[in-house]
Amino acid sequence: MADFDEELDASGLNCPLPILRAKKTLAGMESGKVLHIIATDPGSVKDFEAFARQTGNELMESKEEGGKFQFLIKKA
Amino acid sequence: MQEKKLAIIATKGSLDWAYPPFILASTAAALGYETEIFFTFYGLQLLKKDLDLKVTPLGNPGMPMPMGMDKWFPTLLTALPGMEAMMTSMMKKKMASKGVASLEELRELCQEAEVRLIACQMTVDLFDMDPSAFIEGVEFAGAARFFEFAGQSDICLYI
Repeated sequence: MADFDEELDASGLNCPLPILRAKKTLAGMESGKVLHIIATDPGSVKDFEAFARQTGNELMESKEEGGKFQFLIKKA
Repeated sequence: MQEKKLAIIATKGSLDWAYPPFILASTAAALGYETEIFFTFYGLQLLKKDLDLKVTPLGNPGMPMPMGMDKWFPTLLTALPGMEAMMTSMMKKKMASKGVASLEELRELCQEAEVRLIACQMTVDLFDMDPSAFIEGVEFAGAARFFEFAGQSDICLYI
């Protein structure tokens, strides 16, 4: 997984909390910085894709590893 | 990108039905929607400082119950004293164990994200509700006020 600037562990949280926490964390970051998110909610995979499409933030990577979902989002 | 708008009417005051308005509104706000919720009739319970919402299996055949009770437990018995309190407590425990946010948390997130919360003035008067029992930041207004925003909304939901 590529480098990132900030990390958000949303493990154990269910919809819509991972998205809401990510949005909040991104709000405090500068444009171009990358946020690494860890989640256990399987719904978060589709949700982060949709979040990226609708907010213009780029979903650089999305993968599953040992029951955890990981995302890299670059702030627009 | 022009900001989209979501208008919601929240009409129900039970624990289960309190979730959809707050989940959808907070998510929409995170996606950049300008969002407004108009609370009317029993939906006004969702604006109380002290949330004391309950869920009941009575008259709700779709509600999953522990031990498959929804399949074999006689409907009439779901009206027994204590059933509502028991189901409410079980539902809350279940939600906490699954990482579902509490209503208080979701409501706070909505307010942080500047979701506008509007209480139906007519219902407040009708039920002699005390406006000081509501959380800070609630606007009291009528149907015309709702339409001012709903008329320009991209999505309008009645919940």
